[in-house]
Amino acid sequence: MAGQTHSKGYDVIVIGAGHNGLVTAAYLARAGQKVLVLEAGDQPGGTAQTREFAPGFRVSAVAHILQALHPKVIGDLDLERHGLKPHANRIGTSALLPGGGRIDITDDPVATHDSIAKFSAADAAAWHPRMERLNRIAGALGTFLTKTPPSPSPSANDFQTRLALGMFALQLRLMGKKDMLELSRILTINVADLANDFFESDVVKGLLGFEATLGVYLGPRSPNTVFNLLYRLATLSPKHGLGGLHLPQGGMGGVIAALVKAAEARGVTIRTQAPVDHILIERERAVGVVLANGEEIRAPIIASSADPQRTLLKMVQPGNLDTEFLRRMRHLRMNGCVAKVHLALDALPGALAQAQGRMVVAPSTNHVERAFDCAKYGRVSDHPALEIVIPTLADPTLAPKGKHVASILYQYAPYKLRATTPDEARAQVLDRTLATLEEVAPGTRHAVTASEVLVPHDLESRFNLSGGQWHHGEVTLDQVFFLRPAASFQQYRMPLPGLWLCGAGAHPGGNVSGAAGANAAREIIKDLKQGHANRGAA
Amino acid sequence: MGNANGENRTGGNRYDAIVIGGGHNGLTTAAYLAKGGEAQGKNKLKVLVLERYHKVGGAAMSEEIYPGFTYSTCSYVCSLLRPEIIRFLDLPRHGLQVIPYEINSSPNPEGEGIVTYSDHDRTRESLRRHSIKDAEAYDHYAAEISRQCRFIKPLLMVTPPDPTQINPFAQNKINPWGKRTDLEGLLKIAAEFGRMGEKQMYEIIRFWTMSIGDFLDEYFETPRWKGFAAASSIIGTALGPYSPGTAYVLLHHYMGEVDGQIGAWGFARGGMGAVSKAIASAATEAGVEIRTNAEVDKVIVRNGKCVGVALRNGEEIYARTVVSNADPKRTYLKLIEKSDLDAIDPDIHAYATNFKIRGSSGKLNIALDGLPQFAGLPKESAWGTVDIGGDFDYIERAFDDYKYGSWSKRPFLDIVIPTTVDPTMTPPGKHFMSVFVQYVPYKLAEQPWSPEMKAAFEKDVLDTIEMNAPGFKKLILHCQTRTPWDIENEVGLTEGNIFQGELTLDQMLFNRPFPGLGQYRGPFDGFYMCGSGTHPGGGVMGAPGANAAREMLKDFKHGVV
Repeated sequence: MAGQTHSKGYDVIVIGAGHNGLVTAAYLARAGQKVLVLEAGDQPGGTAQTREFAPGFRVSAVAHILQALHPKVIGDLDLERHGLKPHANRIGTSALLPGGGRIDITDDPVATHDSIAKFSAADAAAWHPRMERLNRIAGALGTFLTKTPPSPSPSANDFQTRLALGMFALQLRLMGKKDMLELSRILTINVADLANDFFESDVVKGLLGFEATLGVYLGPRSPNTVFNLLYRLATLSPKHGLGGLHLPQGGMGGVIAALVKAAEARGVTIRTQAPVDHILIERERAVGVVLANGEEIRAPIIASSADPQRTLLKMVQPGNLDTEFLRRMRHLRMNGCVAKVHLALDALPGALAQAQGRMVVAPSTNHVERAFDCAKYGRVSDHPALEIVIPTLADPTLAPKGKHVASILYQYAPYKLRATTPDEARAQVLDRTLATLEEVAPGTRHAVTASEVLVPHDLESRFNLSGGQWHHGEVTLDQVFFLRPAASFQQYRMPLPGLWLCGAGAHPGGNVSGAAGANAAREIIKDLKQGHANRGAA
Repeated sequence: MGNANGENRTGGNRYDAIVIGGGHNGLTTAAYLAKGGEAQGKNKLKVLVLERYHKVGGAAMSEEIYPGFTYSTCSYVCSLLRPEIIRFLDLPRHGLQVIPYEINSSPNPEGEGIVTYSDHDRTRESLRRHSIKDAEAYDHYAAEISRQCRFIKPLLMVTPPDPTQINPFAQNKINPWGKRTDLEGLLKIAAEFGRMGEKQMYEIIRFWTMSIGDFLDEYFETPRWKGFAAASSIIGTALGPYSPGTAYVLLHHYMGEVDGQIGAWGFARGGMGAVSKAIASAATEAGVEIRTNAEVDKVIVRNGKCVGVALRNGEEIYARTVVSNADPKRTYLKLIEKSDLDAIDPDIHAYATNFKIRGSSGKLNIALDGLPQFAGLPKESAWGTVDIGGDFDYIERAFDDYKYGSWSKRPFLDIVIPTTVDPTMTPPGKHFMSVFVQYVPYKLAEQPWSPEMKAAFEKDVLDTIEMNAPGFKKLILHCQTRTPWDIENEVGLTEGNIFQGELTLDQMLFNRPFPGLGQYRGPFDGFYMCGSGTHPGGGVMGAPGANAAREMLKDFKHGVV
């Protein structure tokens, strides 16, 4: 096979059949391009696939709640016609307390109020106005999810980008001055402070602290965590996401199935078990890819949905990029800090069955902060914060009849471990997960018949996520917008002509939203229309 | 100045302006106002400074606590005082003398300590002893820091423009020109920004939002050196080295200068009180009246206009304007009636309540019988600052103690012995040592600060020094220990925060002190702020005081007050 060249005449090669790769492929095919998607794994989906972890038990591999899928992507790619039911199985959130007791956050304002009121009347009254204001502010920021980040130097932007910037400014103005000022106050503060400003009960504050730190290597006392909260809230708005949390039918793989259909319907070719070894470079241009088996495939456009470190440090051979850029890539903050735990249950303990579909164990901001302290010194949290969903409640076919699956996020289990091996980390995560579950849902331990733990090292080796960071780089203020993945390269064009980044490592970052893939496709099409398909970044 | 028809300028009031608090910023505002903002001293305003203590200076104070020893009781080094202010108020003529020091170091009980010099090349040579890679990287690092400083420095002496552009408090007619001023200001900053080129712009945006830990990791490898270099980023904050936003705080400590040398620090001859004394002398010469032992109890507001102040003893003093040097929390929650605020905008009270002003540092002032010898350092290191710390973990662990309501068991310490270069402060052969302790909470988690707790805290600090300077304890003649709680009670800084409000992005520029009130003007006609709680923040800089005076003079000129 070595040296063999295919000349099927693809216009575009997309690296990776994760949701973003598929979205880019589908958009480009819709625009008339001949697209080949190359996937390293044995099925498409990447972190969004559904896979079996114990005989008869299936679970969403990494991402397990659908909230951020952008309505524009659903509409443009006709995903509902291809079998996606995006709004099925809407769930609420319960914050569980050790020893029983919980608050339920649902679409029903009265029930939510009453459930919080058991802990604090003031918080119950404050919840809706406070969260509504945050949602409003987040919604204004959310308009930028589907836009290409501009350059801070105005003259460098084209008309379309300027227009987007103008629309964004307008959105901010429309919030009114008070909200603008509030945004400038809260954007960079830490969520523990915000929680203290807004609420008094530990359980409410802990929940907020958890929402703001999930998936980033920061604690509630770290500045900029409110930004994370806003980022999350933005995708919960019906304008910029699905308007709530959902447990997808068939697991997250259900979304992938629809995306695959949508792509294939437009003529996209998807090849699995085709890992790209490196990008073929000729005359300082990306002209194709070489697979691990030596097969060479050429196309004028290479769009990578792999993470930036993998794409630019591993797939591009050294010497093709300037050292300053490489230094920036090496220093991307990609310290994955969440482990995924899958449990096969032969019965569902009462506490898990009665709660809302998404359960959070984060009894106070200090609890989460202490969990983070462990991670700071390279240890798995002694007392983790957990997010638990029971996907089988929405889709019983994921487990044998009458049995259940628990899909759990364990925060924090850092990628950068010190004095702990990944094996030890895996054992600690399972142990401490079961101990924590036993506190909030007694009886869970006995119901477990099989389990699987994926620490960030596993996420890296199985799903090719550098650092086990599932957002392809933490979504923090210094790594978003025109700084994502790096300054000057925020418009999806990489510093090698012909090479594009279309995954979560590009704006607007992580979550199963498809926005990065759609944005990248738009920029690629823009270049194609202007007749310079191979233009690199400035 | 004054009304066109030549009425009594002060409109029946005895004063044009009352300054609440005689700290260095209050005195600077007073001096600038009295000089009418012009060097010639035309159109002098009549200004009164009210100070609750028996002498002026606030946190820039020298006092004899132990016989024969002058202590710089709070702030202890000088650098940030703006050269514009030194020139305008002719402070050297009023006795200010700043003696630069050349060396910064960090002892190491287990090996060689870190030594840096104000001379770049010497520092690089010194770093080479720890890591050749770090020595090489130091050039790039220093260049990057000075580039960042070049952008921020011009911002210090301007009123921060408000991007919402129009005064958000619609009832407030104080600044009908606000829109124009802000646009100008924004353009000025944009021009400054534009001059950098795209690459530099990105660097600035990134730098302002990142942590010092991440920043230093990109350059260096030696853990102790990184911990040392991070020191300036955490001093005075309630943050750890890996907290985002700390990179900026580094600049805040770097942008000082002594005699035109950027980044240099020095001792004020006679202790930090000499700075206040010189400014007070310049103010008095310009005609400012200073009253000590005069504690302001309330700001008097009538019909949405500030008309004067009431003292604790019941005396009421009226003036056309009132400007508060007290911190924002003290000013808005104690000196101003809530009902007065609510009549303008209920949000202001919420802003003041939510204003972050956690104290995080303590201070030990120690009289020494001789000079201590620090482990792993040359003798001359005592001529500059000595930082006791370690790697990032050391600082993070110190921070962890603080987060949960205790002082750091192994604290980070910033030590100076100013008497090595200024022998006037102590008897011959003796020394005064100032120990800045990071992190110390204002409130302990378990109990209030009691004498026993304070003694335990003092012991942890002294033990830490002893570990790094064996034999140090035997030299102690007297030790004064101050927790943030003491600093609040003695100096009046809420929660003992040395910057009058944390220096985090949300409380900077147009948001300092509060969103919508970032331009020195308060919510009432005739009411202003001039302390470190306003832009550009803390440190003995004088910039807030001078900026506030400039805004007030603008309003006087336009007849708004």
